Amino acid sequence: MNIEWLGRQFDTIVFLLGWHVLLTVIPLILGLLIALPLGWWAHRSRRIYPLLVGVAGLLYTVPSLALFVLLPLVLGTKILDPLNIVAALTIYTVALLVRVVADALESVPEDTVQAAKAMGYRSWQSLLKVELPVGVPVISAGLRVAAVSNVSLVSVAALLGIPQLGSLFTQGFQLRFFTPIIAGILLCVILAMILDGLIILLNRWLTPWTPKVVAS
Amino acid sequence: MIKFENVTKAYPDGTVAVDGLNLEAPTGKLTILVGPSGCGKTTSLRMINRLIEPTSGTIYLDDQPTSGMDAALLRRRIGYVIQHAGLFPHRTIVDNVATMPILLGESRQKARTKALELIERVGLPASFAKRYPWQLSGGQQQRVGVARALASDPAFMLMDEPFSAVDPVVRGQLQDEFLRLQSEIGKTIIMVTHDIDEALKLGDQVAVMRVGGKLAQMASPSELLTSPADEFVADFVGRDRGYRSLGFTKTAGAVAIGEEAVVQLGASAEEARAKATGAWVLVVDGSRKPLGWAQPEQIAGGELKREHLNLSGIAAAASGTMRQLLDAALSSPSRRGVVVNEHGELIGTVTATDVVKAIEAEPHLETAR
Repeated sequence: MNIEWLGRQFDTIVFLLGWHVLLTVIPLILGLLIALPLGWWAHRSRRIYPLLVGVAGLLYTVPSLALFVLLPLVLGTKILDPLNIVAALTIYTVALLVRVVADALESVPEDTVQAAKAMGYRSWQSLLKVELPVGVPVISAGLRVAAVSNVSLVSVAALLGIPQLGSLFTQGFQLRFFTPIIAGILLCVILAMILDGLIILLNRWLTPWTPKVVAS
Repeated sequence: MIKFENVTKAYPDGTVAVDGLNLEAPTGKLTILVGPSGCGKTTSLRMINRLIEPTSGTIYLDDQPTSGMDAALLRRRIGYVIQHAGLFPHRTIVDNVATMPILLGESRQKARTKALELIERVGLPASFAKRYPWQLSGGQQQRVGVARALASDPAFMLMDEPFSAVDPVVRGQLQDEFLRLQSEIGKTIIMVTHDIDEALKLGDQVAVMRVGGKLAQMASPSELLTSPADEFVADFVGRDRGYRSLGFTKTAGAVAIGEEAVVQLGASAEEARAKATGAWVLVVDGSRKPLGWAQPEQIAGGELKREHLNLSGIAAAASGTMRQLLDAALSSPSRRGVVVNEHGELIGTVTATDVVKAIEAEPHLETAR
């Protein structure tokens, strides 16, 4: 490790980290917002569920690099546009979360849903005030997977020259210099852990009602 | 009043769950739908608040057909209690109870105040208000379920096997408390159960349904016991009909209550022997409340203590039923049944012979309901 180099490059590294955070978090939020109605649709219809979940699974198997290169053709953006990365990662997030949202709604006890209906909740009221809140633990578990997966997928965008922590890897390989590579890996891991922790905290804040499990 | 007029529910596969049901649940009364599984009782209940839509026929709520109403608005007029309470796991007890009033547009503050009152009314401590459903036992959750259904003070209530998911002791308590509550609030209630004993205990009137969704008989509990319409109803109502129907016959002074000499704890063997009729003497406390029976022979020189008491006898209230009186006599080791007043103080004793004589003497005793 060349600490001196790190000190000199500090501003650049912070700049790359900032981009990495943006490119991870924005698709995560967009993906969740899109997955909510799709997941609800899959949950509502026995026929739609296998279709949506199947397509989502297929999308997830498309290699990220291929998607980064293909999207500009579809979206009409420039190949260096960070929008491509946002779009690609949103697709991955949706692919992961459609099933998660559908399963979260499925996890709500039937008695609870029936009670809401019998008390006169309209279906959108039941969804927003009962089913989604009760499904939060399942959704946040899925969101944690998507967040960590996004952190690692973003770095692939370095191959296209879009700035983020992955750029440290390409730089290190070109210079045959390990310091940026190690710094990039460490920052990715730390970022993933922080995002994971934030989602755990958010989940805890949203679900004060879950049985407290004694930590083992 | 809730009225079924020729209501049928048939499914596309040809199954008929409810077949031409005609039934009227009078205002302020508790009507019970009872029958074996597959008789369509739950389907009938769920058609009232349109969780299930009837295939044909009309259901009226106070003479208005429900078919023309907005389903969600209709449901907000009707309290609904289900088997496992179906509480919202993500809301505190007080917010669960406040659900309906808030849905109907009441302020959160007001709804919570009212909810707190109801929580205590159904027999739960106010300290439960801030808890979440998982922190309560099944019986406690069921009480919250009842409170939640009552929160908007609906004129109508539907109850789907409300007490069947709890153990028999808790079930008995919940039933007793519910009867007391209903005597105060007088809602128009339809309750579904598969338990004929529960139906006979709680119902003002009982509709027995048979498999295929047909009404077999609609009558008061005592009428079901004394004149079942057909073999199916007779079988369903079960054994011991004659004995159980006594549970609906008020004693109302028809049985002669005999004097009984008593002793208190601490009495000597001689005193006990002097007061005893036959082998047994009745022991009471300072305010003439019966404690149990004792045999003077067993006191053996010392004084009468608690360990000498035989507790097998059940006291009957003088205002109770023939069944309670007979049971008091039969359960007593002396064969003399202890009769008490409304404060639990001793009036006297009766023998089974006295009770049976009274039953035979008056074939048309006034029924309890």
